[in-house]
This record gives sequence, structure tokens and C-alpha cells, in this order.
Amino acid sequence: MADRHLEPDSPELRARWGSFAWTKANVAKAKEIVARYPAGRQRSAVMPLLDLAQRQVGAETDTQGWLPIPVMEFIARELDMPIIRVVEVASFYTMYNLVPVGRFHVQVCGTTPCMLRGSDDILAACKKRGMAKGHTSDDGMWTLTEVECMGNCASAPMVQINDDNYEDLTAERLDAVLDALAAGNAPKAGTQEPGRHTVEPSGGPTTLKEMVKANHDYRKEW
Amino acid sequence: MLADKDRIFTNVYGYQPWNLKAAQARGDWDDTKAILARGRDAIIEEVKASGLRGRGGAGFPTGLKWSFMPKESKDGRPSFLVINADESEPGSCKDREIIRHDPHKLIEGALVAGFAMGARAAYIYIRGEYIREAEVLFAAVQEAYDAGLIGKNACKSGYDFDVFVHRGAGAYICGEETAMIESLEGKKGQPRLKPPFPAGAGLYGCPTTVNNVESIAVAPTIMRRGAAWFASFGRENNKGTKLFQISGHVEKPCVVEEAMSIPFSELIEKHCGGIRGGKDNLLAVIPGGSSVPLVPAAEIWDAPMDFDGLRAVGSGLGTAAVIVMDKSTDIVRAISRLSYFYKHESCGQCTPCREGTGWMWRVMERLRTGDADVSEIDMLWDVTKQVEGHTICALGDAAAWPIQGLIRHFRPELERRIGENVREAAE
Repeated sequence: MADRHLEPDSPELRARWGSFAWTKANVAKAKEIVARYPAGRQRSAVMPLLDLAQRQVGAETDTQGWLPIPVMEFIARELDMPIIRVVEVASFYTMYNLVPVGRFHVQVCGTTPCMLRGSDDILAACKKRGMAKGHTSDDGMWTLTEVECMGNCASAPMVQINDDNYEDLTAERLDAVLDALAAGNAPKAGTQEPGRHTVEPSGGPTTLKEMVKANHDYRKEW
Repeated sequence: MLADKDRIFTNVYGYQPWNLKAAQARGDWDDTKAILARGRDAIIEEVKASGLRGRGGAGFPTGLKWSFMPKESKDGRPSFLVINADESEPGSCKDREIIRHDPHKLIEGALVAGFAMGARAAYIYIRGEYIREAEVLFAAVQEAYDAGLIGKNACKSGYDFDVFVHRGAGAYICGEETAMIESLEGKKGQPRLKPPFPAGAGLYGCPTTVNNVESIAVAPTIMRRGAAWFASFGRENNKGTKLFQISGHVEKPCVVEEAMSIPFSELIEKHCGGIRGGKDNLLAVIPGGSSVPLVPAAEIWDAPMDFDGLRAVGSGLGTAAVIVMDKSTDIVRAISRLSYFYKHESCGQCTPCREGTGWMWRVMERLRTGDADVSEIDMLWDVTKQVEGHTICALGDAAAWPIQGLIRHFRPELERRIGENVREAAE
């Protein structure tokens, strides 16, 4: 099981987050989320609401966001469920950050398919820039985590940074992405292999070539 | 090679837009009403006749699974379809392409399958890390609602059917169907004991069927082109087309739809530019995602890529996630890394898995460096046998099989490392 711990409860934490409430936009979003589940089953919404809360904390702190205990208590009140059930969920699922993270959460996939394609080099490149696994850099910019298979195996190795994936990486390509992020730019997400579109064989698809140029309708050939 | 006209996922590479208009131009949502008008039993019979087996790994016949759902509710409980888009098996990356590039195939499939089993709604459980993919899916579902294709009187069929998207948050175990149901109910994703089976009591205690994304997304095309068309591909008992995902040491890793039973060599040479460094440089292949045992080069080369063909070489088709390893691979490390994965992802509920995955990983790490005794190889084998089959869900089995495959095929390599380490220590 994953090695995780909660940020300790403290008067400072209470002072900062005790009055957490949805922003106006998130009030509407939370309502729409709860409506996805049958009446009386609002607890089903705990996962999407935790995600929404983490994102709101992120927006307020200019980081990826995390879940202080008072914020989890707020979710428990919203959904009329015991706080321990919320903490259980937040601590079980690894995408909920239980401690503060940096502006950019650099999640390097290290599972075998990425490992075979060179994820060691990607992790080394991160370390060379001063990042350390499980830590946030002193300037608050970078948090490095090695994560388990992200499902981008045909364009490995990859990192996920906040909401975007950067695939087909080399140490140099990763450096370019991180430099761009540090400079406040938005590097192109997806594959970093020149000429590759998504997960077709590099150099061009071996199948469905008509689709490259036009929205071909194959039914005429059925 | 499968002809392009017989490929189901024509926009798998996303060269064209995923949106409704473009999807309709490719043939999706074309008179879905007529498909529904054929009736529930006819749809299930057609899918049964097509030979479609579940694409999520277990390979259970899809039509048969649907037929387990109650024909009508005797106690007022609704039925649910849950679509498993929690693609997390290392090596697997096909559902991602369906969702971000061809989401309407999935949504139309949800309606067809949901109607066939009498479900009131579908929940699509997409893994949390597929953030951009989920954005596409939410938007595509909204498009389908706005066009009247789902929701009240879906496709003017008179049938009411909702589709909801639920995002996970980073737990591999939620790909197990009962863990997924727990997670949908807002709990930790820990698998339930069966029975009761989900078809009797699943989501919210209601009859539920959990199907993989690919199984659902191919259903409309099967209905349009007929069971005989789908069954014309692949060997007996292994019918249809399949998205293969090839990663690791091939020249050009890719995702590609091919006919079932395509020989491994053809798959690799036609689509992936061959093995890195040539055929003779191939060491071993994990042919179906991390939980199936590896197969050495000599045995995999001519094997048909299907359920039976891979079982015959001591492995399995799984999700058809083909992880290729050439001779530069530290094979012990490659498998040990998978052991770490299962240790990380064990939900902690059953003792053999919670304790066993950590134990197996620690021994694997010592075997990797040779810091072990030869007798520990047999001890490790024994422990994998004590984990396998002694847990609520199959994660314990999945953690055991890769190690068993390694010991079965690479025992000399393990012994060599131990021998060299002992000599080093003596020197």
C-alpha cells in the first residue's frame, strides 16, 4: 500500500482553512455533481467533490492543491457523512494530495513499460534540476513523485504535470517542457516526438491512412 | 492484415475531431433507434452470436453476461450498467484512445448495451489520471444529451437512459468490478466478496453489469454489420477485432486494431517496425498486460494473439497490452518493478495480498542483485502459490503470476546472479 500521511491538524491550519467554502462557480458545480447520483446516495459524490476542493485550494494557493483536514470536514458536512469516511477516501486514492505540493506536480511514471523506454533517465533529469522524490523544491515550484502506470505505454516514457501529459520523452525533451513551464509558458502537451500525432507508429500510421487528411467514411466500402 | 473498412475505431489516432458531427459522419449514431427497435433479446442474441468476449482481461462472453440481468424488476429496483474505463493495467492504453478520439462509439454502445440489459443508467468510471480524456468524455456526453440521443426518450426510442461520468482518483484496484462499485458508492475501492454477484446486487444494491470500454464501444458496429461479420475474424472461440497496444522494445510502439489471432510476429513486423535490434534480439514478451506471465522469445514468435493461443504458451491475452523486452532488459528488474506496482496497489483488505505483495517485492529486489540463497527461489515460488487464489479479488493472483513466469523461464538467470554475488562476497 502507498505510504501516505495526513498533514497534522494545528491551530494555524484551522485559522487558514477553517472557513473554507465553495466559490460561487463551484457552488453550481458541486450541485451539478451531486445530481449525478440517485437521491439519498449523495455520498457517491465524495470523490468528485474532493477533487473540486483540491482544485479550489490549488487556485487559492497557486499550486496543484491539496486537502487540509478542515476542507475534508467541509466536504463531510456538504454530503452529510462522517468525517472519517471522507478521510478514508482521501487517504485511499493517491491523486488526493494530503500535504501541500508545489506549483507543478511532476509525476514521472516508473512502471515497467516506461522503465523499458527510459524512465530512469527522466527521473535522473528531474533530480539533476534539484527535485527529489516526495519533496517540494524550496521555491515552491516543483513537487516530484514517481507514480505507477499512467496508461500512456505506447508513447512512453511520460510525465503528468498537473492536468497534462508529456509523452515520448527524453531528458532533453523533458528539460524543454520544464523550462517552458518555469518561464510561464504552456508547452504542447502529448507526444514530444517530432512528427508523431498521438499513438500511431512513429513516422506515420500503417493503417487508416485516409483518416490523416479527411474524415473518411468507411461505410461505403462495407 | 485487417482491411481498413473492417476496423471499428477509425479515428483511433485522433487525426479527425471527436465531436458528434464528425462521429456521425463516420457512421456513429446512425439510426440507433432501429437497433433498439429490434428488441432486447435480439440484441443480446446478436452479441452472443458474434462471439465477443470481454475486452478487459477476463474474456467472459459479453452477450452471456448481459443475459444474466433480470428481465424485469420485480421489486422496483432499477438496473445499472457500469462501464469500466479505469484502465490501469501496466501496458494498457487502448481505452484512453477510444475515449479521447472516439467517445461517441462508447456512448452509443452504452445506450445499446444498457437498453439490452434493461438498465436505467450507465456510469462510466474513468481513471482519475485521464484528466483531458475525461474532459472530452463529459463534453461528448453533453453533446449526446443535447441532440436527444440519450436522456429522456433516447433516440426517440421511447426508452429513457442516462449516462453519467465518474472520475476515479488513482487506485488500480478500482478496475476490479466490485471495487469499482464500492468506489462509485463513495467508499474506498476494496473488492466485495462474491456472491452476491453484481448482476443480483451491485451498485446501490441493484442489479449491475460491469463491462470494459472496448466491449461496449464495439457493440453498435456489431449490431450494424451483424454477428457473422464480427465472427469472421479470429479463430473459433476467439472472434472479432481487437485493439492491441504494443510498448517496450519495438522500433515503433503503437496502438492498432487488428483481427484477433494475428500471429505475434505479424503484429510486430507490420505495425511496429520489428523488434529493436532485430528478431534475434528479442528476449521475452508480456503479451497481455502486467498480470500475465511472460513468454520467452522462441515461444511467442509464432503464437496467435488470442485467448487460447496465449494460454497455450502459459500466459494470457489479458487486455492485449503487449510489453516487448529485448536482450538489453534486466529481466529480473522488469518483473520486480511489477512486484512493486502490486505492492503499491494492494488495497490492504486481504492479508495474503497486503503482506504477500510487499514480501514478494522485497525478495525480488534481493534476487535482482543476487543477494539471496538459491533455496529462496523455491520459497518465493511457494509464497506466490500461497497468495494466488487466497484473496477476495484477483490482484493477489496478478501479483503472483509475473513472478511465477519469471521463475519458470529464467531460473538459470536468477541462479547465476546469486552465484556471482556469492563469489563476489567471497572475494
